Amino acid sequence: MNNLAATAPGAPPRRTIDIVNESLKRRYARERRFRLMGAIAVGLGLAFVVLLFADIVSKGYTAFQQTYIRLPVTLTASIVDPAGTRDIESISGANYNQLIKDALRQQFPEVTDRRELRRLSSMLSVGAPQLLRERVMEDSSLIGTTQEIWVLADDDIDMLVKGNIDREAAQGDRRVTDEVIGWVGQLEQQGRIEKRFNTIFFTHGTSREPELAGIAGALMGSLYTLTLTFLLSFPIGVGAALYLEEFAPKNRWTDLIEVNVNNLAAVPSIVFGLLGLAVFIGFFGVPRSTPLVAALVMTIMTLPTIIIASRVALKSVPPSIREAALGVGASALQTQFHHVLPLALPGMLTGAIIGMARALGETAPLLMIGMIAFIVDVPSGFTDSATVLPVQIFLWADSPERGFVERTSAAIMVLLAFLFLMNFVAVMLRRKFERRW
Amino acid sequence: MNTMVEAIDKATGAMSSAELAGGQHSRATVGDFTAVDPRMVCRNVDVWYGSKQAIHGVSLDIGKNEVVSMIGPSGCGKSTFLRSLNRMNDTIVGCRVTGSIQLDGQEIYDKGLDPVPLRARVGMVFQKPNPFPKSIYENVAYGPRIHGLTNNKAELDELVEDSLQKAGLWNEVKDRLDQPGTGLSGGQQQRLCIARTIAVSPEVILMDEPCSALDPIATAIVEELIDELRQNFSIAIVTHSMQQAARVSQRTAYFHLGDLIEVGETNHIFTNPQHKLTEDYITGRFG
Amino acid sequence: MYAWILILTLLAVMAVAYQLGIKRAISSVGGLTQINALHSLPSYYGLYAALWAGIPALLLMGLWIGFQDQIVTSLVTANLSPDMLEGQSSGRIDLILNDIKNLATGNIVSATVTPEVQAAADQYARLERIATWSMWLAVLAVALGGMAYAWRRTGPQMRARNRVESIFLAIMIVFSSIAILTTLGIVLSVLFESLRFFDMVSPVEFFLGTNWSPQIALRADQVGATGAFGAIPLFTGTLMVSLIAMLVAVPIGLMSAIYLSEYAPRNVRAVAKPVIEILAGIPTVVYGFFAALTVAPAIRDLGALLGLEVASESALAAGLVMGIMIIPFVSSLSDDVINAVPQSMRDGSYALGATQSETIRRVIVPAALPGIVGGILLAVSRAIGETMIVVMAAGMAANLTANPLESVTTVTVQIVTLLTGDQEFDSAKTLAAFALGLTLFLVTLSLNIVALSIVRKYREQYE
Repeated sequence: MNNLAATAPGAPPRRTIDIVNESLKRRYARERRFRLMGAIAVGLGLAFVVLLFADIVSKGYTAFQQTYIRLPVTLTASIVDPAGTRDIESISGANYNQLIKDALRQQFPEVTDRRELRRLSSMLSVGAPQLLRERVMEDSSLIGTTQEIWVLADDDIDMLVKGNIDREAAQGDRRVTDEVIGWVGQLEQQGRIEKRFNTIFFTHGTSREPELAGIAGALMGSLYTLTLTFLLSFPIGVGAALYLEEFAPKNRWTDLIEVNVNNLAAVPSIVFGLLGLAVFIGFFGVPRSTPLVAALVMTIMTLPTIIIASRVALKSVPPSIREAALGVGASALQTQFHHVLPLALPGMLTGAIIGMARALGETAPLLMIGMIAFIVDVPSGFTDSATVLPVQIFLWADSPERGFVERTSAAIMVLLAFLFLMNFVAVMLRRKFERRW
Repeated sequence: MNTMVEAIDKATGAMSSAELAGGQHSRATVGDFTAVDPRMVCRNVDVWYGSKQAIHGVSLDIGKNEVVSMIGPSGCGKSTFLRSLNRMNDTIVGCRVTGSIQLDGQEIYDKGLDPVPLRARVGMVFQKPNPFPKSIYENVAYGPRIHGLTNNKAELDELVEDSLQKAGLWNEVKDRLDQPGTGLSGGQQQRLCIARTIAVSPEVILMDEPCSALDPIATAIVEELIDELRQNFSIAIVTHSMQQAARVSQRTAYFHLGDLIEVGETNHIFTNPQHKLTEDYITGRFG
Repeated sequence: MYAWILILTLLAVMAVAYQLGIKRAISSVGGLTQINALHSLPSYYGLYAALWAGIPALLLMGLWIGFQDQIVTSLVTANLSPDMLEGQSSGRIDLILNDIKNLATGNIVSATVTPEVQAAADQYARLERIATWSMWLAVLAVALGGMAYAWRRTGPQMRARNRVESIFLAIMIVFSSIAILTTLGIVLSVLFESLRFFDMVSPVEFFLGTNWSPQIALRADQVGATGAFGAIPLFTGTLMVSLIAMLVAVPIGLMSAIYLSEYAPRNVRAVAKPVIEILAGIPTVVYGFFAALTVAPAIRDLGALLGLEVASESALAAGLVMGIMIIPFVSSLSDDVINAVPQSMRDGSYALGATQSETIRRVIVPAALPGIVGGILLAVSRAIGETMIVVMAAGMAANLTANPLESVTTVTVQIVTLLTGDQEFDSAKTLAAFALGLTLFLVTLSLNIVALSIVRKYREQYE
């Protein structure tokens, strides 16, 4: 019984199970192959994450330290403060460059050739005199004394000390000469070279010199932009979600809005840059390169995300709450503002934070509205010219110096740290307030 | 229906929770649970979902060329028992089966036993018709294809036609074999699922309330079909309808809260139940 | 900066109006004891007054700031001597105006300061001052006027709550219309500039031309000034990079979604899924850096090892990294649709004796196919619109090539390149960016609409 319908006439009838058993080995081999492919895909995905982070951290962690050279700098009173009045003006105008150079030359009395002398001075950062000036202006009692001062080294020396320049390579293939390597070796032996924590990276704006470049300006720019973006997009997003979810009649207009919101969420970000350039800058005359115009573009860009998240949050508030409030005679708006909104707020905030995280990492539209300008000063307001962290990363990534590669990676690490923090807060918020009705 | 079930739960709650605490304990089955010419032999089957026991020591045979129906109130474990007969319970996380279930003398829960060929021998039809989102032809051809049962297109065509014939669906669909199976009516979909199952030529077919989603006319057609299929297959059917059990089956088993209470000849059970619970159920006092 | 002080002042006025509104409402019914005679709670009368004081004034201020610069500039331009402007391109005029503004605000000026420019700058500064002061006056007057109006209307019969609520409702309607305004803004601004572009360059040349070199068209009198605006190399470049990205993302994303939802033990899934999704949260500029500084050199070295000529900015490097970026996008969308396939499908297949992979390949994936295709279309639209990775790793050269080892350029790269240099709003070079933007917008929009409707239909099928 149970013979297969289709067996060759005359042949003995075959049972299903025999045929199944015959092919089973082959089928299981295929099963294992398929499963292996899946595991490989997951493995690749995980490997990419690890690779990306390992690559960036390995390139960037050295940027958190910076090479300094300890020099006995004599703050000769006749040079620093020729008038002897301790007047700020005269102190700030002094030739600190000379002081530092002299201090370095003292270490190498054998160097006399002019070209060599110039090469010797170039071991120090061009920003070193400025740093010394700031120090002296802070504490005028230093004038006239000799201080052991940690002087900022040039980025080439920094790279050399960090081992990013191959000392064994032929002289023509590296950025520092044999002499300089010798000098650095001498200073290292005397304990005059040290890698110290790189505060400049966190307190300065950008610079053409890697050793003087910092992310403070970009961070402040991002902070101003995000603050304003949040202030604009959160109330608008919540208001729009509230209307669409709770009040809007079902008609063509609201359908149109719905379709628009969903599609805007998937429009390439660069198109928002075009909009910002043509409308905000071109038409309304909002000053370019400012956190203000960046925030306007970011608001438009993050709005769909916030609206969609807020509507989900509103949907999760059970109708019984609304009915209860309406039942005691609250108006529709009172119901929303007193009862529904407070319950939905954590969800809306979560969505807003995720939207802000996206805005923090966004680069492309900002290139179009002038955030790409080279701005050294740390911005102090919404209408100051500024850049933001991701754009700073983009600009530095273009710079050929090895010193900028590690700073770019370090800036990426800072950016990712902020993103993780924001996502962490969002997840915590969701966990804490998640309610099952 | 639900309130009824709750009422039973209340009435029997104390007892069943005491049983649960006792674990392995089960009520003795009234009647003869063996079959003359058994195909599947189950002895002292327990089924656990995590720490909750759903089936208590059930012993039941399924004979060749017979239809065994399983009846009982909702949640009595009859579907769970049915699903354990071809290891469909494997797909549920935390489900555990102990005791002995044999198919032609082979233990199906043996460590080494492979559920894939087992299921080729023990097919299953589900409560809700679940045709694949493919054409009618492909739905029926699916099983033969994966198992490599046919050698060429002509054989496969013949097998598909034969299966649809056996399922009584051929005349209705022969002109539209390439249309999606999901486009058929509910009754046709269920017969398509039956055709899909018999295309593999299993030895046993398990049916889990196959008519509960169908209208009375479709139900009648499927019941007729089940009776015909008995010529070639052993069939175990779970049903909610006592009339259906009476119409299609030779033997009937009554389940109650995970216990097999009574089993026997169908006409015997319905005319002369031995156990109080069986009597209460078939006389409509609950269920 | 003054704007912020004005806004703070306005807020103060609103606070005063709120207090006054409450006082007025209470006194209108004869004190706190008679408060039940009021239609609404006193705070609603306060809100009513505050809204009347704030909203019209804020609107006026917004309009004023929006248009002040244009009006002042046109006044200054009108006063400039005609011979200064004669024969100058509008770009030059912009430059002169910029100098005037910079001079007026005390910034650095690019050209030497002529007396005329100095005079114009003085006039500009004077007009700006006048405009700013009159804005202060007008805005505060409107605020006080609004407050007075509310004051006069306040009385026991006035339905303050209903009025306040309709104002709030109106505000919410305006907020939700911003989505439409945005789309409209995108379409109009991009379309308008594109039309101006197509006045200078024929659409046929743009869409069918194979030579792209817009950089030449800087000045009218320059040799080879016309430039070439055949965008085909950009389209093929975009397609090639996107294709490479999808070749990476679709198999890996789809297979890992299948593995994680069908095979992986629960704890593996709980770890692997969020870790892979980290890839979606990493800013694109980071991927760009990774592509340009790590992947591209690696591919070049590998190519050199195999004796292949690989450009330092190859389509392959950009495409690979873009693919990595899109993996979580494909995998989470596929995961969603695979999980939406009902368990009964799996049961049906297992009951016939199918193995897990047979069930997946022959039942689940075909059943989920529309949803997966929709997800892939969304991913394609994202790949086409992706900017930073290609800007940093794909290069600028508009090569018409099918070799992924060569450097190609894409639509988004060219938009950025054309708009980040010196801008002249009238040159074909700048306007070309908008034409490219329009093309990009339309293509991604239609992909999104198709994809979203496929996904929606698919969801409905199993709901």
